Amino acid sequence: MIGLLATRFAMGALALARAAAPAVAQTVAITNGRVVIGDGSPPIEGGTVVIRNGRVVSAGAGAPPAGMPVIDATGKWVTPGLVAGFSRIGLAEVDGEEASNDGGATGSPFSAAIDVVPAINPRAYAIQVNRAAGVTRAIVAPSPAVGLFAGQGAVIDLGADMDAVTRPRAFQFVEMGEAGADGAGGSRAAAHVLFRNALFEAKEYARNPSGYGGRDRDALLMRLDAAALAPVVSGQVPLLVHVERASDILQVIDLKREFPALKLVLVGASEGWTVADRIAAARVPVIASALNDLPASFEALAATQSNIGRMAAAGVTAAIGMIDDNDARQARQQPQYAGNLVALQKVPGATGLDWNHAFAAITSGPAEAIGLGGEIGSLRPGRHGDVVIWSGDPLELSSAPEIVVIDGVRQPMDTRQTKLRDRYRSLDETERPRAYQR
Amino acid sequence: MRSILLPAVAAALLLTACTQDGRPQTASSSSPSEPAVKKGTRVPADPYPSTYHAYPGVPTLLTNVTIYDGEGGRIDGGSVLFADGKVVELGQSIAAPAGATVIDGKGKWVTPGVIDIHSHLGDYPSPAVAALSDGNESTGPVRPEVWAEHSVWPQDAGFTRALANGGITTLQILPGSANLFGGRSVTLKNVAARTMQGMKFPGAPYGLKMACGENPKRVYGRRNQMPSTRMGNIAVDRQTWANAQNYDRSWTAWEEKVDKGTAKPADEPKRDIAMETLRGVLHGDILVHNHCYRADEMANVIDMSKEFGYKVSTFHHAVESYKIADLLRQNGICSAMWADWWGFKLESYDAINENIALVHNAGACAIVHSDDPNGIQRLNQEAAKAQASGRRMGIDIPDEIVWTWLAINPARAMGIADRTGSLKAGKMADVVLWNGNPLSVYTRPEKVWIDGALMYDALDPGRRPVVDFELGQPGEGDTK
Repeated sequence: MIGLLATRFAMGALALARAAAPAVAQTVAITNGRVVIGDGSPPIEGGTVVIRNGRVVSAGAGAPPAGMPVIDATGKWVTPGLVAGFSRIGLAEVDGEEASNDGGATGSPFSAAIDVVPAINPRAYAIQVNRAAGVTRAIVAPSPAVGLFAGQGAVIDLGADMDAVTRPRAFQFVEMGEAGADGAGGSRAAAHVLFRNALFEAKEYARNPSGYGGRDRDALLMRLDAAALAPVVSGQVPLLVHVERASDILQVIDLKREFPALKLVLVGASEGWTVADRIAAARVPVIASALNDLPASFEALAATQSNIGRMAAAGVTAAIGMIDDNDARQARQQPQYAGNLVALQKVPGATGLDWNHAFAAITSGPAEAIGLGGEIGSLRPGRHGDVVIWSGDPLELSSAPEIVVIDGVRQPMDTRQTKLRDRYRSLDETERPRAYQR
Repeated sequence: MRSILLPAVAAALLLTACTQDGRPQTASSSSPSEPAVKKGTRVPADPYPSTYHAYPGVPTLLTNVTIYDGEGGRIDGGSVLFADGKVVELGQSIAAPAGATVIDGKGKWVTPGVIDIHSHLGDYPSPAVAALSDGNESTGPVRPEVWAEHSVWPQDAGFTRALANGGITTLQILPGSANLFGGRSVTLKNVAARTMQGMKFPGAPYGLKMACGENPKRVYGRRNQMPSTRMGNIAVDRQTWANAQNYDRSWTAWEEKVDKGTAKPADEPKRDIAMETLRGVLHGDILVHNHCYRADEMANVIDMSKEFGYKVSTFHHAVESYKIADLLRQNGICSAMWADWWGFKLESYDAINENIALVHNAGACAIVHSDDPNGIQRLNQEAAKAQASGRRMGIDIPDEIVWTWLAINPARAMGIADRTGSLKAGKMADVVLWNGNPLSVYTRPEKVWIDGALMYDALDPGRRPVVDFELGQPGEGDTK
């Protein structure tokens, strides 16, 4: 689909700047639906969404401009497409089959330099399944390989074409909790010194790229790794940091004292609610697991489903992601997760989100967290024309998308799953085996 | 050993007289004057008996509620009365007995407690650390001698989450699926206890966990051991069942002698703890719960069960049951399924969202299961998703029928349907009051009773169990 120009990044890497010219019609008006903008504002009854040349022109009350193709959404909900808050969609066909899984590369000599873009498969099964479930964009992160830094993640669209990448090298991903300690040699202390060293070396690289010696001059970072981290140190590229424990969260926030330009985004943050005021004061957004409530590890002892609600109440920008949660396939469960946060409002002592903010947590929330709120995640003017028309309340279990539009282009709704369903709707083989049923 | 048949002192003497293979040295030279084993003597079937007891409750009348009774019945604006731990009555309107607590449930729903037929809580507890990883005895593909109950850690916080968020009142803890024969399962009441026995469902039959497919062949194939293929899986299974038949014959012959009064202690066959479990299966006392994803493999297992004369209660995970729903109906085998898990490994590649609805629609037994400490907190939502997927393909299954997937169907598959699994008079008062329609994402349990005792109340922080592990930790006693 339409790619954002990616020219401002260092590294001189091929910018993959594609001319914004998909072949199919990208101009459409969707009328008479209950329109959800996705920015936390309440739904607009009988609203109209206008998409021209693949971008949202307007969404709200009022009639569509004359002469546009119109989709009548009477009785339906009309929303921005869902954004997979933190995922590995497109990197794996079957998680358990290593040859089909490009989520991580534990044998690679590189770390921060790893870029998921060449691994994205727009025809991955998970892309069609999630698309049909209303997921139109995904934040796609690599898994950690060697050391702390997993590499450069991308933002993709889930359209049925071969141009998936919306924003290549959109962020860097690093592990700084238990996994980070493990990758750094065995302790959080080692992780922090490794992290700081890497950023110092990246700065050194940025000052004089041709003079950077890399490992042949006792540096720990490979040349390309340093190059990938340079725009992180300077704050041009967000740094997504996976931590769960409260003390780890505070240590990460503290890194800004030494590296003030860092654009931090916390990922996970199960214990975030216990230090929510400090996350809010540091203005660090969070992409969190919605429903983790078990002391699943010693870094998540305080986990509760109220985490996001309590952080939001303290002023933190908190979105939902699929952290270590079937991240290659099941972003389609995000609406259910958001609905559960709405349900929490009725549980005394718990803190949830109201419907509008719960829906924002799976659309504009993750987009804002990584600095792409101006591009995706809502139906505000100028955003990519990603729209889903739902049979009913999109957070309710009984609802499903009926029409999915990406960049103004209507998407196919059939998947390998629906084909299997249709083949086995009947088990009758009197005439021919099921294998002839397509 | 044979000590259970004898007084303790004699047993101790015999123990010292045993050779390494466990046979008494005197086995071939038993004296004709030796007294016969008492008629009716059997190997104890229940050496780790339940110590669970129902906690005190008060007679309770829930009024103005929508009721799904768990067997497919529904009453709108009805009432449920339970007392002395048992369901007393369901009806449109029931007069409150003297002293009963009456709860006006206007706008709320009542169902039997949710039953999860597939959980590893306690065996793979939180935190998920190596020291507590006790669910797979993956030291050999045939391990029917292990019992999941001996790994259950009652201090797993997961039990409390399943209660408070999922309305789970009964659950079956299974060994993992690394092995072809994973071991015995145990059925628990979801009541906090100091010991496993304190949770154990009184009188529930044991299950045997078996596994098809990728897991066993992967675990052992990597070690260059058998099985490394699917044909290896079945070959090891068949030899094991053949051994079990032999074992069964020798013990049946012994028991016949015992009952005739002609059995001499020295002639007692050697006990084999693994084979005892399989013998229990051959006799129908232990129910087979078979992890099996693919349709073709399930068909192989069905034929194997006929070859050796046992019955599969339930195929678990069963993501391809929709391809052979007719076969499953004909053989009376349940499928325990997820609503939408798919693609995490190749044998789950063909999973579809309509699986549960298609199985149900074909007249086969459908069950929603979790296999997951998070999923178990939302089995009602899984059922709702499956219902919705069915509806979209034209299979319209009413809410009260959907609830059978969480109640009477798993109860039947676990052999406890005479005691729980529906709101029928005389059954255990395992009851959930939901603060809305339990097939909606916006609904949570408000109160959960187990055997008529109020074990969770969203409105009362004092009715929220906190396991030892959580005491003194950040978030202790939080709403979770």
